[in-house]
Amino acid sequence: MLYYIARRLVLMIGILFLVSVLVFVLINVIPGDPATLMLGQEATAGARAALRQSLGLNDPLYIQYLHWVGGVLHGNLGYSLADHTPVMSILLNKIPVTLELTILSFLIAVAIAIPVGIISAIRKGTAWDYVTTVFALSGVSIPAFWLGILLIYLFSVTLGWLPPSGYVSLTDNPVKSIVLMIMPSISLGIRLSAQLTRMLRSSLLEVMEADYIRTGYAKGLMEKAVVFKHALRNAMLPVLTVSGLELSAFLGGAVITETIFAVPGLGQLIVNAILTRDFPIVQGAILFIAFAVVFVNFLVDIAYSLLDPRISLGGASK
Amino acid sequence: MEQPQLKAGPITFSKPSKKVVSRRSSKILKHKLALMGGIFVAVLILLAVFAPLIAPYSPIRQSYAEALKPPSSAHWFGTDTLGRDLFSRIIFGAQVSLKAGLISVGLALLIGVPLGMISGYFRGLWDDLIIMRVTDAMLAFPSLILALTLAAVLGPSLNHAMIAIGLVFTPNFIRLVRGEVLAQREREYVTAAKASGLKNVHIMIRHIFPNILGPIIVQATLNVAAAIIAEASLSYLGLGTQLPTPSWGAMLAEGQGYLQQAPWISIFPGLFIFVAVISINVFGDGIRDWLDPKIK
Repeated sequence: MLYYIARRLVLMIGILFLVSVLVFVLINVIPGDPATLMLGQEATAGARAALRQSLGLNDPLYIQYLHWVGGVLHGNLGYSLADHTPVMSILLNKIPVTLELTILSFLIAVAIAIPVGIISAIRKGTAWDYVTTVFALSGVSIPAFWLGILLIYLFSVTLGWLPPSGYVSLTDNPVKSIVLMIMPSISLGIRLSAQLTRMLRSSLLEVMEADYIRTGYAKGLMEKAVVFKHALRNAMLPVLTVSGLELSAFLGGAVITETIFAVPGLGQLIVNAILTRDFPIVQGAILFIAFAVVFVNFLVDIAYSLLDPRISLGGASK
Repeated sequence: MEQPQLKAGPITFSKPSKKVVSRRSSKILKHKLALMGGIFVAVLILLAVFAPLIAPYSPIRQSYAEALKPPSSAHWFGTDTLGRDLFSRIIFGAQVSLKAGLISVGLALLIGVPLGMISGYFRGLWDDLIIMRVTDAMLAFPSLILALTLAAVLGPSLNHAMIAIGLVFTPNFIRLVRGEVLAQREREYVTAAKASGLKNVHIMIRHIFPNILGPIIVQATLNVAAAIIAEASLSYLGLGTQLPTPSWGAMLAEGQGYLQQAPWISIFPGLFIFVAVISINVFGDGIRDWLDPKIK
């Protein structure tokens, strides 16, 4: 097991290195001079040259990369071009907001997917199953921004039940914070819920054909016991993998959702930074997100191998 | 030795089990959905191609006197803030969406398929290891965020959005094609082709490629739907199609500020994105089932 974790860790470090190279190259191919962006068009050529020198922009690209990575390893992601605030402190302010949205959306997705997926699998071929199929198809096809707008139109404009946008920190006012997060979480979570429903349905259908399930029925167990105590545990494994893989799409979706509902998280930060061409922020934020995705997938891999004893732990068995 | 006696009698058919019935009915439902999806896709293509003939007004014709008019016989989907006919804009918007979906996926195919084939066929250090690790690294980025950043780097326009989406979708094809080629390269026909002295490029293009075309077509179809959403998302955020060219995403964003007075500005373009995407997804699923011998 330790060998497996160590091997995955080495692979993860390799990917993180490539991710950092990609982020650096991506941002450094942008046309335009960062010194001009920071000082404005009115700055003198001398001032711009001095700033370029102090920022190390005259160095070869690989030296700039090494400087940047050295900073990243010490927790320094650079400074915002707009107000020179450290990017790390900006990110630390925004991460809890996106984390709250992500966790709530995930909970909503799971709360919908598990019962709907189970019903659809055990009532296969019935009206329930068709409704579920249509729900799953619609859920993966509906654009998050349209769903968000429909929710605002229905619950804010027409019924007046929920505020259309805004954010209050969970620590300041937990109730208001949750109320404000209902629509963004549904808008972000519905796609994942549809995907998990599909996955759980097909995985459960496969498990229900297994011999041990037949044995369960044969020895007189109730359907509830067979499904919940025996089938569901095994059927949840692929669902876990999909959840991990979907984190990337989830964080991408957060960009749109946060923009629609004016939630001041990482997504909105990235969009605003892109629109104002504040590239140190874009660089820091996407680096953080990519690291988070790689790390969560690493954890899912480990969890998967722990949960399913059939999975060979890498080279040890070969 | 006594022979078993065959008794003559009416032939009876046993009633199909509940399981078989449910499998059949879900298959029929799937086929029906796929057919409906295909019809919607065809309608959408016709709308896009014949937009100038179908649209009752020019998509950029402004009429302030008619601004924010609700749906009526004169303007089926109402008008927007500048008095432009929404139905006409949506019809022309179909051109933009389909173009974005097809061109960006075409670009992803153009880059991804050869790289995936090289990676899977040669499996060398440079071709396989490097290509796959870079692919893994690219997949660590949320595709929308990567597309957003690329679109920002290149500058906001439809062409740049298509390039950004195409590049972001490329790893999907590299992975898929590599996996398929890995399976095919062990087959006898490849060994036979190698033994007969054919060049690697010839084997890859003339022999392996036709055998992996099915999964590529399915993935490409499903990615067209994803690319339509991606283009609409970029346009919604102001980094895709630029005004006055009608784009479903940009129309939706414009209408968000007028949900109280004119909800139709956001509702109709969103509905078209949804219908287009669900139709392509269902159609893609249908093609997958059709190509999969296990499901037939």
